[in-house]
Amino acid sequence: MSQQPVRARTAGASKTSLSIKNLHVTREGKEILKGVSLEVQAGEIHVLLGPNGSGKSTLAHVLAGDPRYSVGDRGLDFNGKTLCGVPPERRAERGLFVGFQHPVEIPGLSTAQFLRSAQGALRKSRGQNPLTAREFLQNAKAALVAVGLPEAVLERPLNVGFSGGEKKRLELAQLILLEPTLAVLDEIDSGLDVDGLKLVAAALKRFMLPDKLTPASGQATSNRMLLLITHNPRLLRYLPITRVHIIQNGQIIQSAGPELAEQIAKTGFVNKKIQK
Amino acid sequence: MPPPMSKKLLQQLSARPYKHGFSSKIETDTVPIGLTEDTIRLISGKKSEPAWMLAWRLKAFRHWRTMVTPDWQNVAVPPIDYQAIRYYAAPKRRALKSLDEVDPEIRRMFDKLGISLDEQKRISGVEGMSQVAIDAVVDSASVATTFKAELERLGVIFCSLSEAVQRHPGLVQRYLGSVVSFGDNYFASLNAAVFSDGSFCYIPRGVRCPMDLSTYFRINSAGTGQFERTLIIAEDDAYVSYLEGCTAPKRDENQLHAAVVEIIAKDRAEVRYATVQNWYPGDAQGRGGIFNFVTKRGKCAGANSKISWTQVETGSAITWKYPSVILQGDNSVGEFYSVALTAGHQQADTGSKMIHLGKNTRSTIIAKGIAAGHGNNTYRGLVRVMSGATGARNYTQCDSLMLGSQCSATTLPYIEQRNDSSTIEHEASTSTIRDEQLVYLRQRGIDEEEALTLIVNGFGRTVLKRLPLEFAVEARNLLGLRLEGSVA
Repeated sequence: MSQQPVRARTAGASKTSLSIKNLHVTREGKEILKGVSLEVQAGEIHVLLGPNGSGKSTLAHVLAGDPRYSVGDRGLDFNGKTLCGVPPERRAERGLFVGFQHPVEIPGLSTAQFLRSAQGALRKSRGQNPLTAREFLQNAKAALVAVGLPEAVLERPLNVGFSGGEKKRLELAQLILLEPTLAVLDEIDSGLDVDGLKLVAAALKRFMLPDKLTPASGQATSNRMLLLITHNPRLLRYLPITRVHIIQNGQIIQSAGPELAEQIAKTGFVNKKIQK
Repeated sequence: MPPPMSKKLLQQLSARPYKHGFSSKIETDTVPIGLTEDTIRLISGKKSEPAWMLAWRLKAFRHWRTMVTPDWQNVAVPPIDYQAIRYYAAPKRRALKSLDEVDPEIRRMFDKLGISLDEQKRISGVEGMSQVAIDAVVDSASVATTFKAELERLGVIFCSLSEAVQRHPGLVQRYLGSVVSFGDNYFASLNAAVFSDGSFCYIPRGVRCPMDLSTYFRINSAGTGQFERTLIIAEDDAYVSYLEGCTAPKRDENQLHAAVVEIIAKDRAEVRYATVQNWYPGDAQGRGGIFNFVTKRGKCAGANSKISWTQVETGSAITWKYPSVILQGDNSVGEFYSVALTAGHQQADTGSKMIHLGKNTRSTIIAKGIAAGHGNNTYRGLVRVMSGATGARNYTQCDSLMLGSQCSATTLPYIEQRNDSSTIEHEASTSTIRDEQLVYLRQRGIDEEEALTLIVNGFGRTVLKRLPLEFAVEARNLLGLRLEGSVA
């Protein structure tokens, strides 16, 4: 596969990481994130849990580079380099992918054309040759099969008339096709039934798999990272979670191992507040 | 706080590169500046026209002098001094007998525009490109027509209108002015008086034209107006697909382009006419650019005939144009699909007229207007159902996409219904590009300009997909080019 050398190259470079330190974010003058800190290392799956309005989705938008949010000039590093002031497309080129809670509809833009443009742009930025139309279609169809979407989706306008579940599956298909190192997925599990959840979990597990054996140690290492944003811990049962963070009112109020997610599943967020 | 992306981006949406802005040094035969009966006699004389042709021109000119410039349109037209325009400029060396005689400089000009006048190249062209016969018109004259011999074998006549006047005077005399009369409107009358050349196309009964026919109009000379006239006749059961492209050099002056296109479709005939209009639109300050005042009309004369207009209007400083269909034959079909982009200081007042005369006639109007920068985009349409048009149906959809806060979009639909059994539907929408859409595409690695292009092309998709492949690619690039350079 033509993608292989690139993965190897990224993997061979210094270890991947996402470092958020004391991040403050405002939108239209209102402070939404009030000093958030979070570290994700290569091979790790982190979960950000929190009630509606806690600032979860804001973090996803900020990581994407949405210019409607004001971020300072520090506090956001990706693979050792700052993301502050870096436009969204450059972040994507560096291997950052954000799956949105509400993927936007673009009337008239076929899903196929969109995927081809995105994959083409990213391949170009990595110095790879463009894929032929046939190669692209093979890749795209494989990604759709993996998330349980029919091929016919390719001809439909992007996200237009898609059900909530279909939109989420298409986000996941993009993750597979675009091969980032860090995936930030906002409510990827909403609108999905149990079978859908299992499919998402399987795809995410595959995403986290190591690219290759590191010759020196003989051990499998993954450079992939996952940050799952959700208010519903159901999906987490199917995944090997590294760390769970609770966000409330723009601040992370608690961080712990996967057992925290189980606890939240039982007791909800209200009790968390009291605990603190 | 940085301004939202689209605002920042769209504030800069005024200057766009125009890649066809070069001019070529071609030896040119001209008439003196200004317009009198003598000018018309001179033009007619240069073309050795028969007496009836000159008489028609003079009739039109005398009528034109009694008319006043229309002022109902929603565009600001500076006063035009018709005595300051040159009404005829033709390249001296014209290919009359064979394509080998085409002036190499003209050939180079068309190569530069991406139009090959070389038949061999066309035949062995890029995979997926259909064969296209081209009539190349520079300023006032046709300079080359390709594939004439092949077409003649089928009885298809495809040549310049000047040549048709000489070789097929009967056909020209019978049909010229039969759809757009010499007195139709101010600019059509001016055209009838001074038209210099254009394309003539005749598809005999039962013939399905095997290749797309195409006219490429190029304004080259300064200070010259272009007044071409196209006449297309499809006999019973004939079919033809016709393409028209236009470009002009960058100049500080405004140049007038007042063209007329007439189409006649007989019983069960079908004519598809596609235009990609890319005349020079003027610079970022609104200096220069073409005044594109065009009358295009088709007549579905026969039963079950069909005329379909598809236009992509991206150029010109001012566009004034309403490709229309007169639905005379029973069960005839008229279609109008349009994407009109006004950026910079461009103004467009464009739309369609569908006149239903026959029974069970059907028409569709899909108009997509894109306004950016200081652009002013108006859709103006008329659906008229006459009393005899029992069971007539029209569907109209007008969508406007507005980019930024300096532009304007207006929709002016007129409906006249004189038969109660008819059905007329009208839908309209106005939208803008949302920041979320740009962020979404950019998050996937697509840069800002390309993201804008994808969204704008998505907006125009129902129209763009109707263009032949070759044209669709050009149109897509044009819409993109128009927005390119808008990001600092």
